[in-house]
Amino acid sequence: MDDPTSPERAHPTVRTTRQTRLDTYVDRYATRTQRMKASEIRALFAVASRPEVVSLAGGMPNISGLPLDAVAETLAELVMDHGTRAMQYSSGQGDPGLREQICAVMAPEGVVAHPDDVVVTVGSQQGLDLVTRVFCDPGDVVLCEAPSYVGALGVFSAYECEVVHVAMDDQGLQPEALRRTIAAVRAAGKRVKFLYTIPNFHNPAGVTLAAERRTQVLDVCTSADVLVVEDNPYGLLGFDTDPIRALRADDAERVVYLGSFSKTFAPGFRVGWVVAPHAVREKLVLAQESATLCPPTFSQLAISAYLTHHDWQGQIKHFTTMYRERRDAMLTALDEHFPATASWTRPAGGFYVWVRLPPGLDASAMLPRAVTARVAYVPGTAFYADGTGTTAMRLSYCYPSPERIREGVRRLAGVMATDLQLREMFGATDAGVPSRGYSSPHTDLT
Amino acid sequence: MTQRVVVLAGGLSHERDVSLRSGRRVAEAMTAVGVEATVRDLDSGLMPWLRRERPDCVVPLLHGEVGEDGALREILELAGTPYVGSTPAAARLAFDKPIAKQVVSKAGIRTPASVTLPADTFREVGAAAVMSALVERLGLPLFVKPAQGGSALGCTAVHAADALPAAMVSCFAYGPVALVEQMVAGVELSVPVVGSTDSAEALPAVEIRPDGGVYDYTARYTAGATEFVVPADVSELVALKCAQVALTSHQALGLRDLSRTDLIVDADDEVWFLEVNVAPGMTETSLVPLSVEAAGLDLGELMAGLAAEASSRGPRA
Repeated sequence: MDDPTSPERAHPTVRTTRQTRLDTYVDRYATRTQRMKASEIRALFAVASRPEVVSLAGGMPNISGLPLDAVAETLAELVMDHGTRAMQYSSGQGDPGLREQICAVMAPEGVVAHPDDVVVTVGSQQGLDLVTRVFCDPGDVVLCEAPSYVGALGVFSAYECEVVHVAMDDQGLQPEALRRTIAAVRAAGKRVKFLYTIPNFHNPAGVTLAAERRTQVLDVCTSADVLVVEDNPYGLLGFDTDPIRALRADDAERVVYLGSFSKTFAPGFRVGWVVAPHAVREKLVLAQESATLCPPTFSQLAISAYLTHHDWQGQIKHFTTMYRERRDAMLTALDEHFPATASWTRPAGGFYVWVRLPPGLDASAMLPRAVTARVAYVPGTAFYADGTGTTAMRLSYCYPSPERIREGVRRLAGVMATDLQLREMFGATDAGVPSRGYSSPHTDLT
Repeated sequence: MTQRVVVLAGGLSHERDVSLRSGRRVAEAMTAVGVEATVRDLDSGLMPWLRRERPDCVVPLLHGEVGEDGALREILELAGTPYVGSTPAAARLAFDKPIAKQVVSKAGIRTPASVTLPADTFREVGAAAVMSALVERLGLPLFVKPAQGGSALGCTAVHAADALPAAMVSCFAYGPVALVEQMVAGVELSVPVVGSTDSAEALPAVEIRPDGGVYDYTARYTAGATEFVVPADVSELVALKCAQVALTSHQALGLRDLSRTDLIVDADDEVWFLEVNVAPGMTETSLVPLSVEAAGLDLGELMAGLAAEASSRGPRA
């Protein structure tokens, strides 16, 4: 037999050797871009968008119940009657009429605000970005619940903040843990800039801060002189309760409030808002003007017209009825299919259930098997800035139908059983897949 | 007449994202040289669609199972659609890493010692005993990877015996069979081969130098995270040996049109075969487009040429 590695048999084109990194800008990027990397987990979500896969991963509001004809009519009138204004630049702080309506939207939560206190933003996501931009220098500490919203961790990472997580339980953030954490951070010589909290129907934990803890959290922050950023996108999406009193309602000077129309109407308009103490509001408007000149006029006027001409509160009731049915489907399926060694939260509103896995399982390492079984979820690590969260996952019930939710949970239970068996067999208790740190968000994951 | 080509990309494998990026890149390159190229996903409407649209040729760029295990190629033959790339039978051989290793080994090529075992065997025989025998037989360090699949998904380098269980679990999350291989230290190279089985030509080898030392998923698909040297910084003799190993692998497995062979060159300049890909990545950070460029070729023209050849060859193997 000929020697297959004999050089006489090949004649590759030999040219001058070139070294390349396939990214000629690599030496020019800001240092903070070094945190932006491709990840296996992110790649696996590409499959989640296919119809064969039951996606319990995404947090997309289910807006299929919106009265599209009526909305179309309102938008047509907006263009016909106010088109040149709606398509023009406008105030950096946001449309005054809409700001007035926003105050009315917040009133049931006990928030007493003047339209001057409101800054309209491109979704509450941009509100968070502006607040962080205004308050945080690189290295500043932001306190977040453990776990916390993946999109917030993304903003804090972009501004090079250090996120320190504070323990929470089924009653929400633990005031005593908050007090201890603030003390520990300060003892380490670091500066706490604010507490970022989602008190209602938490993303991803699905829990709500208990009434008595609200006072305690504010007391801790007052005595430690720490600002509070209250993110409340799901506040009006409670299933069994009247709107819950906002933290901002009890302390207008310490609390910066973030609101959004993404879940109560539709996310595509990208309209949210910040309510802040007067001095902070000034800074936010300047930051808003440098970021976008002004929030989109058309979207603002569209939302304003929707609030004026439609039964928006009735629409929210319609949404909550639908979400409650889906929540019930998920909790029933979890009770039926998941092992007793797993535990999960029982949300009273919002979109999410937080599942703690049976001991030994790793949600990131298990994801490829789930994708093969045509079901997707978000591993817990996405919601921690410190690489923890491997033993938990977030399940969303907002988008799929109750039948699909039941099927998804059933598939997931099978995946967990197989993985448990395998881990027991190999005696492996740690993760095989490295899953450290924050993985940048997909809009679908927020 | 303008060639009408459909690039199939996406699918349901773990490599869907990579495949979509490969598909877009190839379609753009082909469009730039005058081909009417469109990208289409794999779904239940594919066969009637192919029969109705009757493209001149399909370029299957689905990575992972279905795309590379021969199944999609069988479908294309059933649909009577000409396609670029290896036949179903050859793709099946190449996609299964242990079988491919065996075939090229018979053709006289070195490949690291390995053991292939399904998860079920560990269950039946007892995982601890099997793992300890694996370490005894193959030594350390080891490389654990799914017997099928790409993009380094589920692959772990194991330097200590106590890291083996987690590596096995990670591997079995991606597939039911594991290939446990001796890790050969050396320079990592990749060599594309283009052309039919008999008249294939090796393109310049690409040397891979990941910043973190491991060419894992992040290193593969984060632009700038890996340094590539092309043609590889090896002696002319070693470059020729690598080209020859890639060519021999391509031929021994009966591949056609396009393949990419991954190799290691050890300290003694010996060339070791790791695996071969029949639908290699074509993304902005993939190796084949780099090598094509280094060979002085245009990716669009190369793919258009392969598509024209496939069209004239017709739909059957």
